[in-house]
Amino acid sequence: MSASLRPHFSSAGLLQGARAAFPALPGFIMFAMAFGTAAAQKGLSLGETFGLSAFVYAGASQMVALEIWQQVWTPATILSIVTVTAVVNARMILLGATLQPWLKDEPLARTALNLFLLTEAGWIIGTRYHSGGGRDIGILLGSGIFLWLVWLASTLTGFFAGALVPEPSRFGLDLVMPIFFGAMLVPLWKGARPALPWLVAGLVSLLVHALVPGYFFILAGALAGVAAGMVLE
Amino acid sequence: MSFDTLIAQPWGAVMAIAGMAAVTFLCRIAGVVVMSRMRLTPRIERGLRALPGSIILATILPVVLDKGWPAIVALAATILTMALTRIDLLSLAAGLGTLSVIRALL
Repeated sequence: MSASLRPHFSSAGLLQGARAAFPALPGFIMFAMAFGTAAAQKGLSLGETFGLSAFVYAGASQMVALEIWQQVWTPATILSIVTVTAVVNARMILLGATLQPWLKDEPLARTALNLFLLTEAGWIIGTRYHSGGGRDIGILLGSGIFLWLVWLASTLTGFFAGALVPEPSRFGLDLVMPIFFGAMLVPLWKGARPALPWLVAGLVSLLVHALVPGYFFILAGALAGVAAGMVLE
Repeated sequence: MSFDTLIAQPWGAVMAIAGMAAVTFLCRIAGVVVMSRMRLTPRIERGLRALPGSIILATILPVVLDKGWPAIVALAATILTMALTRIDLLSLAAGLGTLSVIRALL
């Protein structure tokens, strides 16, 4: 048993990781298609749309970027889109922090790839596997690669066929990501006391959401939850 | 060559995407870099252990409440199904099914 509790990497885990990512697929497909559709409507080229999905690969910041996308760029507009991206994606710093003990003995290149592919959904899947006692980093990488490929394919589908997609809210698909996250909450539940910081996080995010526009409420809530976890014994 | 011609089409867009990609990658690696240089005290460990649930609630609570009671009922159906069966795809289907039935009836 102790061998399986040490972090390790197996290529068999890659496939298992891809399978573990299945519940995240509906949300990924919907979000990336919505981005591809919006990018085409906004007049972005195929290369620009693909480049954002492939290399930035962070849904919320890609959507925000469309709002401030320029036809002609200046140093000031480039600086502003980079700054906005940093603010929206700052919450990823927290995700990475929790992965460090798991990844610390990994080769640098593979960790760089794992982190490049880091998303909230993939991280939730990896965290669930890790909290169940699993330590195979192949699971994390496999789900990461699979989700990235699905993201790219769905972006292209949205770019070319977005007009054909029916109104997402008809099938509840506008809420598919929150519902996926809600389901993932259940295996994390270890009783009411450890969940007290979650309550703090939820309340703070509601408050910030009401007061500050944009996606800042996620970072604020997450930080409040971590702080509450540190304070509460 | 001046900077203005350098960032003329299409290089301006390339630089914007490259800048966004670089700063996002920095966010992705920063947590690991910082933690590898920090002693993991029990207090920090406790804080990080609260993160998964905290980030989920912080992400979904404002969105679900904005969407009104059908979204709340759908989320409850998802969580109930997951608690009873532990089958994630079934729970997802239960939540989305509940939501589309309510919306179809409204």
